[in-house]
Amino acid sequence: MIQFTIEDRDGVRQHLEIPEGINLSLMEVLKASDYNILATCGGMALCATCHVQVLDGADALPSMRDAELDMLDTLPDADSDSRLACQIRVDETLEGAVFRIRG
Amino acid sequence: MISTDICIIGAGPVGLFAVFEAGLLKMRCHLIDALPQVGGQLSEIYPQKPIYDIPGYPAIKAQELVDNLMEQIAPFHPTFTLGERVESLDQQADDSFVVTTNDGTSVHCQVVVIAGGLGCFEPRKPDILNLERFEGKGVSYMVKNPEQFRDRRVVLAGGGDSALDWTIFLADIAKEVTLVHRSDSFRGAPDSAGKVVELAQKGRINLALQSTITSISGNGHLQEVSITAKDKTVLNLPTDHLIPLFGLTPRLGPIADWGLTIDKSAINVDTTDYSTNIERIYAIGDINTYPGKLKLILCGFHEAALMCQSAFNYVYPNQKLSFKYTTVNGVPAF
Repeated sequence: MIQFTIEDRDGVRQHLEIPEGINLSLMEVLKASDYNILATCGGMALCATCHVQVLDGADALPSMRDAELDMLDTLPDADSDSRLACQIRVDETLEGAVFRIRG
Repeated sequence: MISTDICIIGAGPVGLFAVFEAGLLKMRCHLIDALPQVGGQLSEIYPQKPIYDIPGYPAIKAQELVDNLMEQIAPFHPTFTLGERVESLDQQADDSFVVTTNDGTSVHCQVVVIAGGLGCFEPRKPDILNLERFEGKGVSYMVKNPEQFRDRRVVLAGGGDSALDWTIFLADIAKEVTLVHRSDSFRGAPDSAGKVVELAQKGRINLALQSTITSISGNGHLQEVSITAKDKTVLNLPTDHLIPLFGLTPRLGPIADWGLTIDKSAINVDTTDYSTNIERIYAIGDINTYPGKLKLILCGFHEAALMCQSAFNYVYPNQKLSFKYTTVNGVPAF
């Protein structure tokens, strides 16, 4: 199991356990876990409604590709620890990570 | 006042297809959308992306689907109000509605169909204290009429194509142009980014990179913006206009205040006909919710067809609806 933590917009934290090899993005997992995330574009890094802040474990995540960088660059409130949940695959690199929902 | 049978709020694919289904039943439609063009999120967010689950099309680009829908509904001559947001809904004594937009456009109709997708696309607003107080008083989120900036001092914020393009354009019009961007480089079109840097080198615009606007002030109208750099130095810059350009994000908007039953930013509907809790108001497409709901365009098309069968009873209360196939009846244009 892959374990990581989600902090919602109210600051409430929840630990998630996701089976390995599930082949989902973090955005899909968040939606399936009933977090209120729009994901307008469906995971194409085109809307930034799945914007998350990586509070812990950012270094272990795969680096951003251009599409994600381009979209984050347009946001007024993005920081160096911002990511798009739709561009993060749920795998062992998320183990122990902490994400805050921003979108 | 515009008069029609059905007023469709939202001109995305589902709203457009509703025109076709309504047209087959001799019902006229007027569509209102906050975006300046039809197509909803398909045209606004991913026009060149392929869609693979539209029946009959193994793959079709989003904008191509919108263009095809516009061709398909042309025989029914829908009318449009674009670039305006529906603000209010007033039920008349005869149960019909008057729909009014933020620009004062009024539409009288027998039936309202909400096909608003994820809601209105509104500008992303940076987190600046008092920003909304200066909206329309120096702060604007789009450039509708560039002439208003002639010989004025303008600050733009953002790093995308829109910010770059308007910076280049306004450099020839405004008295002073400053572009504020959070990072030290631009990820917009390289050609545009190059032009912006060149304009800055020539002294025709000011660039404030690795900086953000942290506060604004004025006496009834915007007069100054405070720009804070990464090294915490603050520049207080006198200006007449601030244009934050950070793209669009969907919001449910005024729909939330119409007395509809709403669950997690979606309107509850009866799946018999996609009617809402208010008679004569329907909701189709991504904006509705019901057990088993799938946010798919093809599901929205199905919802539009069933909705029209029901709406017919309000538009033609004294007529019996007889179901006809287009293969038999064709497309009976108005």
